[in-house]
Amino acid sequence: MSEFDLSQLSQAIEQYRPLGQSGLLPALHSAQKLYGWLPQQVVTEVAKTLQVPLADVHGVIEFYSLFYNEPVGKRIFRVCTDPACALKGADDILEHLCSANHIQPNQTNIDLSITVERSPCLGLCEHAPAAMLNDNAATKVDLAAGTYDLSMPVSLVYGSQRLLTKNCGKGKPNTLQDYGAYSALHRAEQLSSEDVIAEVKAAGLVGRGGAAFPTGVKWEGARNAEGTQKYIVCNADESEPGTFKDRILLSDDPHQVIEGMCIAGYAVGATRGYIYLRGEYPYILPVIENAISEARAAGYLGEKFDIEIRLGAGAYICGEETALFESIEGKRGFPRVKPPFPTTFGLFGAPTVINNVETLCNLPLLIEKGASGYRQIGTDKSPGPKLFCVSGDVVHPGLYEIPFGVTLRELLEMAGGVASGKTLQAVLFGGAAGAFAKPDQVDVRLTFEDLRAAGLPLGSGVVMVFDESRDLRDTLKRLGRFFAHESCGKCYPCQLGTQRQKEILDRLADGKVLVGDSERLQDVGWTMTDASLCGLGQTAASAVLSAMKQFPNLFIETRRPDAAS
Amino acid sequence: MEINLTIDEKTVTVPAGSTLLEAGQAAGSPIPTICFHEATTSNALCRICVVEVTGQRLLQPACIVKAVEGMQVQTMSKRVVRARRTILEMLSSSVDLTDSPAISAMMLEYGASPQRFPDAERREVPVLDDNPMYIRDYAKCVLCWRCVQVCAEDAQYTYAINFSGRGFETQIATYFDSPMPATTCVFCGQCVGVCPTGALKPKREFLLENGASPDQISAMNTGRKQRKAKAE
Repeated sequence: MSEFDLSQLSQAIEQYRPLGQSGLLPALHSAQKLYGWLPQQVVTEVAKTLQVPLADVHGVIEFYSLFYNEPVGKRIFRVCTDPACALKGADDILEHLCSANHIQPNQTNIDLSITVERSPCLGLCEHAPAAMLNDNAATKVDLAAGTYDLSMPVSLVYGSQRLLTKNCGKGKPNTLQDYGAYSALHRAEQLSSEDVIAEVKAAGLVGRGGAAFPTGVKWEGARNAEGTQKYIVCNADESEPGTFKDRILLSDDPHQVIEGMCIAGYAVGATRGYIYLRGEYPYILPVIENAISEARAAGYLGEKFDIEIRLGAGAYICGEETALFESIEGKRGFPRVKPPFPTTFGLFGAPTVINNVETLCNLPLLIEKGASGYRQIGTDKSPGPKLFCVSGDVVHPGLYEIPFGVTLRELLEMAGGVASGKTLQAVLFGGAAGAFAKPDQVDVRLTFEDLRAAGLPLGSGVVMVFDESRDLRDTLKRLGRFFAHESCGKCYPCQLGTQRQKEILDRLADGKVLVGDSERLQDVGWTMTDASLCGLGQTAASAVLSAMKQFPNLFIETRRPDAAS
Repeated sequence: MEINLTIDEKTVTVPAGSTLLEAGQAAGSPIPTICFHEATTSNALCRICVVEVTGQRLLQPACIVKAVEGMQVQTMSKRVVRARRTILEMLSSSVDLTDSPAISAMMLEYGASPQRFPDAERREVPVLDDNPMYIRDYAKCVLCWRCVQVCAEDAQYTYAINFSGRGFETQIATYFDSPMPATTCVFCGQCVGVCPTGALKPKREFLLENGASPDQISAMNTGRKQRKAKAE
């Protein structure tokens, strides 16, 4: 055990000592950067420095996919095999990398030069098939030529109205000079904090992360809550399969997010903010760090409100707001029971507003335009612009900004329609936790109210397109695998249900269904939906139950039905 | 202050702050539990105690939800029974429940079939017998968290155990899976005391069950003392 030189380690992690347990994820990231993995001797040192019990530190390492407590390869390839990438040949890439290195998925070769992993969605769906090599996104993977591109992924941004994305897709991050003064923040500061909140409420802005909670109401709750220290948290743990909007907003126009957080901080009376960036986006970290230093130099950030970045470490569940708090606090990402809600008991037990990246990006626009100006965009019940992550079998996958109210048909036409001249079979709405739409639903207007009436969740804005030739059972199998991999294991319905669901969906995709599997899927699905502790479990069967309703032929138990329904 | 609510069509009055679990008891509608223990913090993990509350979209865990004036609660609705039965079936298809008579009785009550999920992966792990005080048989562990909690803030502040893995693969574990004597464990026995399924068991009980006679077990202890005497 003495082969590890610990002198560098103490230097690297000393800065986290004052944070105590809350410094655990940053310290483990630093340590892993030095040694490539987290040997026991190194972890013991981290635990001592931060004064965290050894077993708890081990529990944290075990929880997050991107921390390794055994040696891994110098090069770690993470190949996304979730639905959007699977449509574009992800399995072939995984197989090729494995056979070329004589290993199985999730193994390291004998000389520790390479590890190949099957990865959950990397948020690069418009570039499918996508992968990561160490800390870089690998796009334009060409198996025949053996090439891939490790530079910052190009943002493919389209749409009929570019308000939130006006600075996106320019091929480089927008600097403060490009962005200009934080004029919306200035405007907000001319108003009282009550008036800012009243404006946000009047504008009808609701959260864009998936839950669609009214933003102004959330802010008001935190503003009125007892407590001297309050927090604004930016939820950038984007991990819903098929979602990549926050990646583009943060990497192309970070100041829009920071200005949104400053406005929130002013309205709520918070002096501290956190951006929790998903662990699979390390390549965006320097962009945000640079933007934060620019904002500090310009006086937008500092004593009255400042922001710290936290990098996640591979756990979809940390997108759940209370699990995200636990993660910032240096713990396993277990969601908390609610109530109490974050507005009164959030990060470090203090009143906290947690908003999605896209929600925060709406604020400079909303304040500039005022509530009535903002309401000119979109529909009466769904005001504002909306980002849609279009992936799968369309001619032009990418990020589309449209006002609420455009129909699905119009959105698909903007994306060039179904690729290769094929016809539409299904659209997965809202991601893994979403639901399937059938071709006869393409005239649905993309608004909260219309989608709700059609039984389709808007979720995080995922529109994943499947043409007539696709076997949706394969898609369901991947969704099942995703949830089984990402369940935190806290409550029984999800811990056990995601595993049982995966097993049944595996059988279904492999044509080996057992009598009674449909009924089992229903019981498992409804039990997770009804009885799970958090949103992950409550939606882990959502797409499956919707497929059973929309495409019952897929689930006929006695014979292998045709792929198309 | 007192709270009036309806449980299974029956009106009951309970002190303010009572949970639905307590209210159910008072109304003569006992609600089943697995992870709940009166001496540990309730985390609403097992969800066996879920009940249907009028006006709530989701089933509510009775162990932590407080009674509210005018609340209407159903403890045996169709949705409740389906959730309980399915959770029990999924649990028995994953965990060895042979040492959990209370859960087995619950399975009979809810008509839960141990064979409901054929070809299901089970959590099968070898018994950990690494200290003279107790054994750890995690194939029998239902992840109620009580042992982790009493080892930490709920009682002992020893922090010898936490978790490894996540999701279905979660297991109670020591630091880098060290044997218990190499951890901060002080062998207070509280974890063994709160284990509901025989996953943690006194070594003596384990040896007796595995056919050792009391004399043989005594001899083992004598042997230790003799070695110690020799060493001195």
